[in-house]
Amino acid sequence: MSRQAFSWGRLPAPEQRLIKLASRFDALPTTTESLLPYGLGRSYGDSCLNSGGVLVGTRGLDRYIAFDRDSGVIEVEAGVSLGEIIELTLPQGWFPAALPGTRFVTVGGAIANDVHGKNHHRAGSFGHHLLGFELLRSDGQALHCSPTANAELFAATIGGLGLTGLIRRASLQLQRVPGPWISGSSERFGSLAEFFALSAEAETASAYTVAWIDSSATGANTGRGIFIRGNHAEGPNSTATPKGIRLPITPPQSLINPLTLAAFNALYYWRPAAVARDALWHWQPFFHPLDAVQEWNRIYGPRGFYQYQCVVPMQDAETVIGEMLQRIAESRLGSFLVVLKTFGSMAARGMMSFPRPGATLAIDFPNRGAPTLALLDALDALTMAADGAVYPAKDARMSPTAFRQYFPQWQAFARHVDPRFSSSFWRRVTETEVT
Amino acid sequence: MRRILIMGATSAIAEATAREFAALGDALFLVGRNPDRLTAIADDLRLRGAAQAETWVMDARELNAYPALLDEATQRLGGLDTALIAHGTLTDQIAAQASSEMMLAEFQTNALSHMVLCTELGNRFEAQGHGCIAVISSVAGDRGRQSNYVYGSAKAAVTAFTSGLRQRLHPKGVHVLTIKPGFVDTPMTAAFKKGPLWATPATVAKAIVKAVQRGKPVLYTPWFWWPIMQIIKNVPEAIFRKLKL
Repeated sequence: MSRQAFSWGRLPAPEQRLIKLASRFDALPTTTESLLPYGLGRSYGDSCLNSGGVLVGTRGLDRYIAFDRDSGVIEVEAGVSLGEIIELTLPQGWFPAALPGTRFVTVGGAIANDVHGKNHHRAGSFGHHLLGFELLRSDGQALHCSPTANAELFAATIGGLGLTGLIRRASLQLQRVPGPWISGSSERFGSLAEFFALSAEAETASAYTVAWIDSSATGANTGRGIFIRGNHAEGPNSTATPKGIRLPITPPQSLINPLTLAAFNALYYWRPAAVARDALWHWQPFFHPLDAVQEWNRIYGPRGFYQYQCVVPMQDAETVIGEMLQRIAESRLGSFLVVLKTFGSMAARGMMSFPRPGATLAIDFPNRGAPTLALLDALDALTMAADGAVYPAKDARMSPTAFRQYFPQWQAFARHVDPRFSSSFWRRVTETEVT
Repeated sequence: MRRILIMGATSAIAEATAREFAALGDALFLVGRNPDRLTAIADDLRLRGAAQAETWVMDARELNAYPALLDEATQRLGGLDTALIAHGTLTDQIAAQASSEMMLAEFQTNALSHMVLCTELGNRFEAQGHGCIAVISSVAGDRGRQSNYVYGSAKAAVTAFTSGLRQRLHPKGVHVLTIKPGFVDTPMTAAFKKGPLWATPATVAKAIVKAVQRGKPVLYTPWFWWPIMQIIKNVPEAIFRKLKL
């Protein structure tokens, strides 16, 4: 039994056992406890935890299987990370077609959460570029799943939170890129209305768009932030990758508090570098500024943190997100990490995928106990009223009622859940009575 | 480019080391018992840059199969200049102290097979006037302890054997490297509780490749096992016999 932190939010981990697989030829552990595949533990809440059960460690499935330099199709074992794919394919001019906010996620985890990136408006999510995978069910069957073979299980597994079985290998279509560089620009905006105007304008010409929001701004400044856009581009001939650092200790208290936050946000918003007309970024700082600091999640102290990521349909997005930002600023419980982005209209391929047309807001909250949870419930009320949804990969606290409204298809999905697979998240939102 | 034989290629340390060699563009001949796993590892190593990745299925305990193995490896790689001997089992001490048959079987796997292969390789490398034999022994071979002296004494035999072989072959231009890993987090040690002394196979692999490149005679990996083992080796036997190690 282990008490170490197992999910990215560093909330207290439950009693569970981690059994690591060494190869894709290993059978599932023989045990009567429930099973849940576990990769790099970048899910924030309890969707990657299995209280009283077994986590099946997949990082031992870390072999490349095949890579076609002409077509950009790569096949890998499911424990290979997206960063490891980039290491192999970027020198050949290929890059993941959908890349989330960290490269430290496994392919299996990327499928199970149907992850999205800054190019969702153009490329959709991870599932859109998935050619197929092999799924090991607890009855011993290894099923090849693709849009044409075992199509229902294919759709259920994309965004299926690891509950449909163990993904052992997968094939992906990568995108052609000229090199490791992103060219684009970064600019300030003063309100959400400006953000939506910038997004609409930028999305036709830019593959990647995203915005940072100042979560302490109030009144007329509510919704101000920095808008960033970019495209893959030619750049200097250099193979050097930026060096990272590690946050060596967990501070005794969260370093993010109302005092540091307002100062930090204002400084970040007004810093001269926030405005750059012709910027050229290496892909790592452009996509993953936080990956440069390993274990940055320790900054919130020993109590850990929550992340809230919701999507709100476009017609109400400005009002609802404005209301959310106001509540967050008033509560003084927010943090520096606030990301706003518009999703495209491409329908997700996963039965339980989170991305859907609208605007998505993601924000970290240091865990301050009851006030934090009350604020998150208030945000859920706004998301529910707007017919939006919350991202299970980020969640540790949504109510069963909220989950069932966000994912009304959950019972149809439940039929595909492997009888021996479960997770703390799944039991929390489906086994608890709705009151 | 090195032409490398890797014995026990499906073991975690061997595979991690093979990845380091592959990134350098070396040619690899991978030996193990499980054909599916060997093929998967070979595919992976080719994508990681190995000039060649050949596989050969064999049980290391077949002591008369080694000359044929070396002929095959030499032929398929167009020569042979490096070997990493990494196969082995973590002995169940309780079972091996209860049965001399079991103890002998463990010695066959963890000591005799290494010594047979070292003998064959040593003679071939001596004849060709160059080569490197890297053998995974263990810090457990530095002193017998009640908790694993069957495994430890097999490793002690490997350590002493490679020490002598190194002296004999050094003037002939052949490098013999004795590798003594401490605790490494691998499937072999999955049942152990892990602490700060535990290293990853990738860390150990990087140290092994550096030691091969630099002609180092003995490698404790990670490095802090050298001072730890100096202390353990020097505890007087009158005290040592009372310890529960």
